[in-house]
Amino acid sequence: MNQFDGYRNALKEARGLGSAKFGVHHFVVQRITAISLVVLGVYFLWLVVSLIGVDYAAARSVVAKPWNAVLISAFLIAMFWHAQLGLQVVIEDYVHTAWLAVTLQLLVRFICALAALASVFAVIRIAVAGA
Amino acid sequence: MHNPARPLSPHLQVYRWQVQMVTSILHRATGIVLSVGSLLVAYGLISLASGEASWNDVRTCAGSWYGLIVLIGWSWALSFHLINGIRHLLQDAGLGYAIVTFVRNSWISVIGSFLLTLAIWALVFTRGGFA
Repeated sequence: MNQFDGYRNALKEARGLGSAKFGVHHFVVQRITAISLVVLGVYFLWLVVSLIGVDYAAARSVVAKPWNAVLISAFLIAMFWHAQLGLQVVIEDYVHTAWLAVTLQLLVRFICALAALASVFAVIRIAVAGA
Repeated sequence: MHNPARPLSPHLQVYRWQVQMVTSILHRATGIVLSVGSLLVAYGLISLASGEASWNDVRTCAGSWYGLIVLIGWSWALSFHLINGIRHLLQDAGLGYAIVTFVRNSWISVIGSFLLTLAIWALVFTRGGFA
C-alpha cells in the first residue's frame, strides 16, 4: 500500500497474475486425466491380474499387441500427469519454504516426465520387437 | 508479505471426527502412495523390456512376503482413490451435496475400497496366485 494506490486501476493489480481464462487449467486437466484414469486404470489393473502366472514370452506378447501397447502408453501418460498435478498441490499446501518448494516442484516434474518417457519407451521397445 | 506467525484457520484438532474428514485425508494420502507406486509400474515395464532375468527379479520381488504386503497396500490405495475419485467427479458435477448423501457416499468410498481390494485378491488367487 502506498500513496499511488488511489490512482491505480484495479486491472493493473490483476495483470500478470494469470488470466481468468486459464485460472482453472490445473483443475480441468486434473479432471480430464482423472476421468481417463477411471477407464485406463481399471483396464491396466485387469491386464496385470491377467498376467499372473504367465511366463516371460507370453507377458511380452500381451504388452506387444497394438491395442494394449497404445492403451498402456495412454495409461502411463495420464497416470504420471495426474500424479504431478496432485503432488504439486500437496507441495503448495505443506511446503512454505520458497527454495524448497520450488526445488520439490521441479523434482516432481522432472521425475514424472522422465518416468513417463522411460516407461512409454519400454512399451514401444516391447511392441516393436514383437512377441 | 510472508508471516509464519499469523493466526491460522482452525484445523484438525478443533473439529469433531466425521467420515468426510477421513475420506479427504485418505484421498490425499493414497494419492501420494500411488505416485510412488507409479514409479514401480515404470520399473516393472522397463524390466519386462530389458530381458527375462530382470523380469524374473520383478516376479521374485512381487511374490516375496514384503512384495505381497506392498501389493496388498497398493491395491487398497488404488481401490480407495478410484472409488473416492469417482465420488469427487460426481461432486464436481454438482451431485451428492445433501448432508445425508454426502455422509453415505463417504462411507461407500471407505467400505467399497475394502470390498474392491478383496475382489481383486479373490481374482488373483482364483488365477492361481503367484506361481
